[in-house]
Amino acid sequence: MDKLSVTGNKGQRIRSDCELKLELKSEGGIIINLESKVKAMYGRSIIDLCKKGLEFFEVKNAVLDVHDSGALPFVIMARLEAAVKYLIKTDREFLPAMSDDNTYTSSRDRFRFSRLYLPGNTPSMMLNAGLHSPDGIILDLEDSVSPRKKYEARLLVRNALRQINFYGAERMVRINQGDKGLEDLEYVLPHNVHLVLVPKCESGEYLKELKDKTVEILKKHNFIQDVFFMPIIESALGVEKAYEIASSTDNVVALAIGLEDYTADLGVQRTKEGNESLYARMRLVNAAKAAGVQPIDSVFSDVTDMQALEETARLSKSYGFEGMGCIHPRQIQVIKKAFAPEPDEIEKAQKIVMAFRAAEEKGLGVVSIGSKMIDPPVVDRARRTIYLAEKLNLLPDGWESKVDEQ
Amino acid sequence: MTKLVRNAAGREVVTEINGQKAIPFQGVGAYKPEGIKHAPHISSCSDYPADGNKQVDSIREALLKAGIRDGMTISTHHHFRNGDLVANMVFDAIKKLGVKGIRWFPSASFPCHEHLIQYLEDGTIHHIEGSMNGPLGKYVSEGNMHGMAVLRSHGGRYQAVQDGEVEIDIAVIGAPAADPFGNANGLEGDSACGLLGFALADSQYADKVIVVTDNMVPFPCIPWQIQGNNVDLTVEVEKIGIPERIVSGTTRITKSPDRLLLAELTARFCDYAGIIKEGFSFQSGAGGTSLAVGEFFKSVMKEKGIRARFARGGSNKYLVSMLEEGLVDYILDGQTFDLDGVRSMRDNPRHVWTSPFTSYNYHGKGNFAPLVDVAILGATEVDVNFNANVVTHSDGYLLHGIGGWQNCLFSKTVILPLPLVRDRVPVIIDEVTTLCGPGELIDVIVTERGIAVNPLRKDLIDAVKDSGLPLKSIHELKDEAEKICGKPEKNDTGEKVIAAIKWVDGTVIDIVRKVKVQE
Repeated sequence: MDKLSVTGNKGQRIRSDCELKLELKSEGGIIINLESKVKAMYGRSIIDLCKKGLEFFEVKNAVLDVHDSGALPFVIMARLEAAVKYLIKTDREFLPAMSDDNTYTSSRDRFRFSRLYLPGNTPSMMLNAGLHSPDGIILDLEDSVSPRKKYEARLLVRNALRQINFYGAERMVRINQGDKGLEDLEYVLPHNVHLVLVPKCESGEYLKELKDKTVEILKKHNFIQDVFFMPIIESALGVEKAYEIASSTDNVVALAIGLEDYTADLGVQRTKEGNESLYARMRLVNAAKAAGVQPIDSVFSDVTDMQALEETARLSKSYGFEGMGCIHPRQIQVIKKAFAPEPDEIEKAQKIVMAFRAAEEKGLGVVSIGSKMIDPPVVDRARRTIYLAEKLNLLPDGWESKVDEQ
Repeated sequence: MTKLVRNAAGREVVTEINGQKAIPFQGVGAYKPEGIKHAPHISSCSDYPADGNKQVDSIREALLKAGIRDGMTISTHHHFRNGDLVANMVFDAIKKLGVKGIRWFPSASFPCHEHLIQYLEDGTIHHIEGSMNGPLGKYVSEGNMHGMAVLRSHGGRYQAVQDGEVEIDIAVIGAPAADPFGNANGLEGDSACGLLGFALADSQYADKVIVVTDNMVPFPCIPWQIQGNNVDLTVEVEKIGIPERIVSGTTRITKSPDRLLLAELTARFCDYAGIIKEGFSFQSGAGGTSLAVGEFFKSVMKEKGIRARFARGGSNKYLVSMLEEGLVDYILDGQTFDLDGVRSMRDNPRHVWTSPFTSYNYHGKGNFAPLVDVAILGATEVDVNFNANVVTHSDGYLLHGIGGWQNCLFSKTVILPLPLVRDRVPVIIDEVTTLCGPGELIDVIVTERGIAVNPLRKDLIDAVKDSGLPLKSIHELKDEAEKICGKPEKNDTGEKVIAAIKWVDGTVIDIVRKVKVQE
């Protein structure tokens, strides 16, 4: 077995992270060398934390070099645990406390307009992500993590789930494909994950496997709440099987499309207009609606072009999608605004809903405004619009009385 | 060691600096100086060339003619920022002349002055009075300088010179354009920097004044921001600055989502508080967040059809565009940060060059800083009493100058947009490491996790209470930072006092002690 392990990151551009070098020795006790830009403020507590960690894993003799770039304690703990576990076989987990801020729940039909991707092994992006108010935050274990760092990322994501306040955003994790994905679940699910994104999904079978594993893990930890799935369709085969996937397990709440991989699979260029993926997108929307889950659009990759993002989001909404992915926090508000109902849409819906309520009170079976009859699906759509508007604070409390006054 | 006393801000400060008596801070507006201003010797035209040509061949010759000798005070300026070549040339010449024990009195120093550490080592320079950062800051913080550093604001520097607290023996003014008579400006030439305001006091009060340029033009050099009538000697050298380090080709607004969030919150606060209104004025810096605040201001102003009477710069292309689009009537500029700023100052009569005398000097018959409606400033730390630090980081190292920061605190509303947590450094703490600005002058702290309004500003609290903005107490913000970072350990410092921090009236508001070097 190796005697030396290196975890974490250091370098000019690295922030809020640390690099640890751990060398196991046969004698000499614990020696910790700390280099840190916050040594004046946190030097003693960093050394204490490392000592505690080594003691936890029953390491008696070792030299630990810590090169710290302002890592928070949960990051140092993840890096230390990885360093130890590269050298010693143990099932113990050196867990930071579960913060009270992180025990909130989610619900099946909550909005998923914007979901922000965070690379799972990059701590600097995690702390403030929730402040930008995305509907969901995805800690990504898949494409944004290099193969060499997959293991470290699992521990970091796990600790982030326990320590970082995402301020009410739905807590999501994107797992890896295949067996690696099944393994990922073991690390993250016991820490209040609301939703798992399943990449490159091509069959309902795999989702069933994931679901079984999920139930098993939740049971082991005595959790009662459900964990939702959002499979991502990223291939021609996936598109063909969209409905099968969306309806394969009862905890699928949304179906997303990943256009970078999809267009690559088709062997075509991805364009801003998106004509090449129109069929896939429409098929996905239809499959999702048929299965009673939310259709969610791909990410928009040009983070500087807010105008094009807004146009894309509006188009996406017009196709029937109910959200998009974000790769930069500045995209969140643009997307939210685009998916939210327009003022004239809300105004029209208010009138319809008021007319519906009036008809109900009077015991009338038919809803009408003036001489115009309103069909039931129109009423349903209006109620959905009002629901959205209320949830998004686009309508003041007690708006009903204000409509009456007009 | 010199005697320490507790000043009105509760800080222990020195009563003597490098052998000169120092007055402890007595409270904002409390200290009233007496006596008359300092004045240089009377000169006579008969001692100067009748043809107006004061040019000599080299800096060395100019220094000799100015009577350089041991223990003098030599001043230079930071118009060329990190591209300055003048200060290094001056001290190379002084070293060759074998002169020792100089007090260097720059308006600010930059990392490019690392070259001067050797002269601090060998005794050519005794000590520095002026801001320092980078390598010089590290050198001084670790207790290596012979004398004590003195840090002043831009306004405080003017005050110190005017009041005779610092008597400058020789001022060396680097000028992007000058004539042999000594008229000079910052508007033309390869090293164009806009204005030469930081050298105004020196030109008026120094015993001898030398203008150094790499762009000598025939008399008259117009406009004469520095008047040749105050100048003793002129020198032409090959190069006085590195243009790309003086002003940036183009200023860019931050792309950092967290800074943009801070800027957006700041602008929303100002909007709700009724600060952005017809005829208002604002101070806009060139830092990442300040620039973005300016852009958010701009969109509010456009949306509501509001025009500002003046903007106090730090000018840059964004501010210039507001001037050119008619959103502000005047830019009152303290220093230009990019080429658009220089161009505008040169061509647009509404883009006005100011000096620390007009904008900041506290011992004058008023200055215009208190006329500014809102100043958006930075800080390295703030404490629960709203006191702020701009010169040291929490580890005790001197990393920034005061600049115009203290002077701008007199604006009607002072807002500090600051990240509450940056790489495990909490910005709000129990007590600032170094006090630079008293909390009574600091009104609002905007962080990504909430906005704290100084309880003294009941008017602001009332104005924004229904805004929906995330309002919190400063204690709540501090607790939130500590929850994330942990409670900071007490910073151990050495005993030795390495720097004194002056308030705008010349009194000592705090001191900085030697840091304990990380082993």
